Amino acid sequence: MTELRELTCIGCPMGCQLHVEIEDGVVKNVTGNTCATGDVYARKEVTNPTRIVTSTVVIKNGDKPRLSVKTESDVPKKAIFKVMDEINHVVVEAPTEIGDTIIENVADTGVSVVATRNIGKR
Amino acid sequence: MSKYDIVIVGGGPAGLAAAISARKAGVQKILILERDHELGGILNQCIHNGFGLHTFKEELTGPEYAYRYMKQVYDEKIEYKLNTMVMNISNDRVVTAMNREDGMFEIEAGAVILAMGCRERPRGALNIPGYRPAGIFSAGTAQRLVNMEGYMPGREVVILGSGDIGLIMARRMTLEGAKVKVVAELMPYSGGLKRNIVQCLDDFGIPLKLSHTIIDIEGKDHISAVTIAEVGPDRKPVSGTEERYTCDTLLLSCGLIPENELSRGAGVEMNPVTSGPIVDESLETSIPGVFACGNVLHVHDLVDFVSEEADRAGKNAAKFVDGGCKAEKSKEVIELKAEGGARYTVPSTIDVSKMDDLLTVRFRVGAVYKDAFVNVYVDDNRVMHIKKRIMAPGEMEQVILQKSKLEAAGNIKKITIKVEEE
Repeated sequence: MTELRELTCIGCPMGCQLHVEIEDGVVKNVTGNTCATGDVYARKEVTNPTRIVTSTVVIKNGDKPRLSVKTESDVPKKAIFKVMDEINHVVVEAPTEIGDTIIENVADTGVSVVATRNIGKR
Repeated sequence: MSKYDIVIVGGGPAGLAAAISARKAGVQKILILERDHELGGILNQCIHNGFGLHTFKEELTGPEYAYRYMKQVYDEKIEYKLNTMVMNISNDRVVTAMNREDGMFEIEAGAVILAMGCRERPRGALNIPGYRPAGIFSAGTAQRLVNMEGYMPGREVVILGSGDIGLIMARRMTLEGAKVKVVAELMPYSGGLKRNIVQCLDDFGIPLKLSHTIIDIEGKDHISAVTIAEVGPDRKPVSGTEERYTCDTLLLSCGLIPENELSRGAGVEMNPVTSGPIVDESLETSIPGVFACGNVLHVHDLVDFVSEEADRAGKNAAKFVDGGCKAEKSKEVIELKAEGGARYTVPSTIDVSKMDDLLTVRFRVGAVYKDAFVNVYVDDNRVMHIKKRIMAPGEMEQVILQKSKLEAAGNIKKITIKVEEE
C-alpha cells in the first residue's frame, strides 16, 4: 500500500513542502525538496521522528523553585507525552549541577533526563 | 567615586561575553551591573534546546549556554553586582546605579558597554480593541512564569504573533497540559524560524493563521474569549471572516524592542529602524568610549551572534582603555547604507584604519525575497553579488567586508547594501 505524507522541511528558511511516498513502511520517493537536506530530513522524519524534550521539575530546598531539565539525547516523537508525564511526577532535592541524572531510562526510551541548571541549597 | 576601566550594563549573554573578551584583552578592572538576582539574563528562562550550534558546535539549552559564560566570569574573577539598577549614564561616562547594599552610587568608567537587551512589545503598543482583563501576558512573561516560577498562566490559550518566543511557548504550554487553540499572525509570513513552526506548532497540530489579527477581547475581570479575523493587504480586518475562540489566556509575541532609555539619556545617537544606537566598525556609539552589543543594539535571532558581537565590543572597549580613553577622531569615515529591501546595517559607518581584516556587516530585509541578490556597492561600483534562494525578515543576513579590498579602493565615500532582482 502506498501512503503519501506532506511535511515542511526545517533545513532552512525556504521551508520546502515535501511530498513523501511510503510503500509498506519504506520511503519510495521524496519530491518537493530543492536540495539534498530535504531528502535526508524527509526520510528520517517519516520513519523515525525524534525530538529532545525540555521541561522543569519541582526542586525542594533549592534557591530556585524549579529545575530545568532535558532528555540527554532525542527520544521518539510519540514518547513525548509519556516522558512529560514522568518528568511531572519527579521531585528532586537541591543542590543540583548541570548534567546530573534526574530520571534514568525515561519512559523506557533508554534515554536519561538530566539537569540543565546548577541550583544551590537554600 | 569608584573607578573602573570598563563598566558593563547588563549581565545577560552580551554583557558576559563582552566582559570575558575585555579581560582576555588584558583589562583588569571590569564591573558588570545586573538588575536581576542572577547572571545569565533571559537565557535562564529559555529552557528549550537549540542554543550554541555556531559557538560550541553542540545543541545546548539556554541555562547551559549562559552557564558556559558565567563560569568564565567566575574563573576570571570578574566583578559583578546583582540586584543593581543603573539609573543614568552621563556623556562623560559616569554611571549612576543603585541597590539595597550600596544605596545610590556613582562609578567613573573608562569605557561603558551597553548590553541591556530588549523588551517585548506590550499590548498597549498593539492597538487591540476590547476589554483590559487579567490573563493577557507577553510570551516572555509567560515563559518566565512557567519555566522559572512554576506557575501556569492558564489552560486554554490563544497566541497573537508568531515570533519565536510565542511559538516556543505554544509547545511549552501544550506539554504542560494546556490547549493552545490558535496562533494568529498579522503578516502573511511568520516572524519565527521554520524549525520552530514545525516543531512547536505542526508537531502538536496547532493551527497558524497568517494574515489574521485579534479584533476583540472579551472578559471583564479575566479574559474569556477573543475574536480573530483575516486581514487584507492593507492589514485591515475583512468583515465576514471573524472567528471566536473561548480562552483564559492570551499570549502576545509581537516583536522585541531594544531597551535604550539609558542610551538616550546619555545622548547616544539612535537608529530609528533598529531602535538601537548608531555604531561604527568598533561598535562604538556616537559617544566616545560607549560601546553597544547584543539585543540593545539590534534584535538578534541567535544568541551565538550576540556572543560574537559582544566579544568584538569587549575587545574594542579594551583598545579604547589601552589608548588612555581618549576620543580619536576618525580621518576617513565611510557611510554604510541599506537600500532596496535591506532595512538597516550594523555598523552604520566604517573607518578602514580601525577595522579588523574582516568585518561582518549584519542587516535585515523588509519582506520575503526568493532568488534575489544581495549586492554591495562601493560608491557606484558593484563589488559583491551574492545569490540568495530565500531571505525573510525573521532571519538576519550578513555580508563580510575585507579591509584589504577597501584599502585598495581608497577614498571611499559610501558602501551600499541592496537587495535586488539581479
